[in-house]
Amino acid sequence: MAMLEVKDLEVNYGVIKAIKGVSFEVNKGEVISLIGANGAGKTSILHAISGLLNKTNGTVRFEDTDITNVPAHRIVAMGMAHVPEGRRVFAQLTVLENLKLGAYTRNDKNELEETLNMVYERFPRLKERKNQLAGTLSGGEQQMLAMGRALMSHPRLILMDEPSMGLSPILVEEIFSIIRDISAEGVTVLLVEQNAKKALSIADRAYVLETGNITLEGDAKELMNDESVKKAYLGE
Amino acid sequence: MSFLNYFINGLSLGSVYAIIALGYTMVYGIAKMLNFAHGDVIMIGGFAVYVCTSSLGMHPLIAVLISIVVCTVLGITIEKVAYKPLRKASPLAVLITAIGVSYFLQNLALIIFKSDTKLFTSVISIPLISLADGKLVITGETIVTIIACLIIMVILTLFIKKTKAGQAMLAVSEDKEAAELMGVNVNRTISLTFAIGSGLAAIAGVLLCSAYPTLNPYTGSMPGIKAFVAAVFGGIGSIPGALVGGLLLGIIENLSKAYISSQMADAIVFSVLIIVLLVKPTGLMGKKMSEKV
Repeated sequence: MAMLEVKDLEVNYGVIKAIKGVSFEVNKGEVISLIGANGAGKTSILHAISGLLNKTNGTVRFEDTDITNVPAHRIVAMGMAHVPEGRRVFAQLTVLENLKLGAYTRNDKNELEETLNMVYERFPRLKERKNQLAGTLSGGEQQMLAMGRALMSHPRLILMDEPSMGLSPILVEEIFSIIRDISAEGVTVLLVEQNAKKALSIADRAYVLETGNITLEGDAKELMNDESVKKAYLGE
Repeated sequence: MSFLNYFINGLSLGSVYAIIALGYTMVYGIAKMLNFAHGDVIMIGGFAVYVCTSSLGMHPLIAVLISIVVCTVLGITIEKVAYKPLRKASPLAVLITAIGVSYFLQNLALIIFKSDTKLFTSVISIPLISLADGKLVITGETIVTIIACLIIMVILTLFIKKTKAGQAMLAVSEDKEAAELMGVNVNRTISLTFAIGSGLAAIAGVLLCSAYPTLNPYTGSMPGIKAFVAAVFGGIGSIPGALVGGLLLGIIENLSKAYISSQMADAIVFSVLIIVLLVKPTGLMGKKMSEKV
C-alpha cells in the first residue's frame, strides 16, 4: 500500500487547467522526484496535496486516510510536512521561534526539546543563530531553517519544493546531502526540482511533468539515461 | 492650568486612542483589512455599560466585564458574518463592507437607544488629585486610563511573545499559507484577533465615556477615526507603533487645544499625520515589507 496516493488530480485556476488528471504514488521510505519545466504544475501538485489549493477533481490518500478535503492546518498533525518554494520562513521571528512554530501541532515539551536538539545537530548553523531574526539569514541558511522547521513536526512524509533554488553549487550539494540523510533516517521524501540532474541522482523513482500531465515515469537511474529526458532536462 | 496638566490630559486621551488603535493595527496585521466598524464597537461597549449600570443597577466593575464580553462576541460575529465570506474578494469590497457594518451598528443603536445623548456615569470612583496648590489637577479617570493602557500593552506584548497563540498570530500576519503549513488554523487566529481587538474596544469605550461623560450612537465614530490615524501615524501593523501613535496624537491634540485653537485642533492633528506620511510613508515605527514575487 502506497504511503501517498494521488489519483486523477485536477486543479484549475479559474478557467485555466493547471493540473489535468495526474496520478502517482509514493511508497514508504522512497525518495520520489517530480521534475519538469517552469509552469509544468509541480508546485500546484504539492499545494494540492498539502491542502493549500482546492482540487477540482481527484483524490489524495495519505496512509490510508482520504485527505482530499482536509484543510492544510490539519494535515501537518497527520504526519506530512511541506517545505514550500522560496523557503517562506517568518522573517520577523527568530530562528528559534520559527522552529517552535514548526512544532505548533505538538504539545509534549520533552519530546519537543529532543526534536529541537536533533534539528540543531543536523543544522549546527541554526543553533549558532537561534536568536537571530530569520530575515537576516543567508539564502542557504533560510533553506536549512525551512527544512528544520518542517522536521520539527516530526513528519513521516516531507514534501520539498525547489530546495536548491537560488543557491550556490556548494550549498546545493549540501542541501541534497541533507535530503539524503533525512531519507536515510526513514522519512519519505517527495521532491520537486528544476535541477533535474541532482533530483534524479538522489531519487528512487521519478515522474516527469509537462503542462499539467505526467509524460514519463520510472526508475530514476533509467530516466537519467533516457534520451528525451537528457535532451529536455539534463542539457545534454 | 499648567503645561504639565495639559500634557497629562493629552497622555490620557492618547492612551484611549492607543487602546483603540491596537484593535485597528492587529486586525490590519492579521487580516490585511481596515475594520472601519471598530469605532462603533466602542460605542456599543459604552451602551452596554450604560444599560447595566443605569437601567439594571449593576456594580460598575461587573458592567465593564459584561461590556467586554458583549464587544468580544460582537467582534467575532462581525468577522464571521461580514468579512469572512470576503476573504478572497478585492480589498475595496472589504473596505466598503466595513463602512456598511459601521453604519449598521450606528443605526441599530439609533433604533434601540434613540438619538438623544445619554449622560454616562463614570465607572471610576477615584477622587481628584490636586498638587502644587491646585496648579496640577489630575482626575481619577486620567490616572486609570494611563495605567490601563500600560497594563494592556505589557499583557499584549507578553501574550504575543510568549504564547503559542501569539506566535501563531505573528506567523499569520507575515505569511498565511506558511502559517497554515505549520498547522496554524488561520480562520481561528483571525477570529481571536477580532476578539482581542473588540474586547479592547470595550475597555476604550468605558474609559472614553468615563472621561467625557456623554453617549450617543455616534460617540464611537470620531475616536475611531482618530485612532485609525494614530495607527497609521505609528505604522499600521505595528503594536508599539499603535502605542506611540496614540499617545503622540492625544498629546498633540490636547496641546493644540490649549495653546493654539480648540477649533483647529483636529486640523492640526491631521496635518501632522500628512507630514509624517510624506516624510516616512510607513509611519513612525512601520517596517517596510518587501513584496514577494
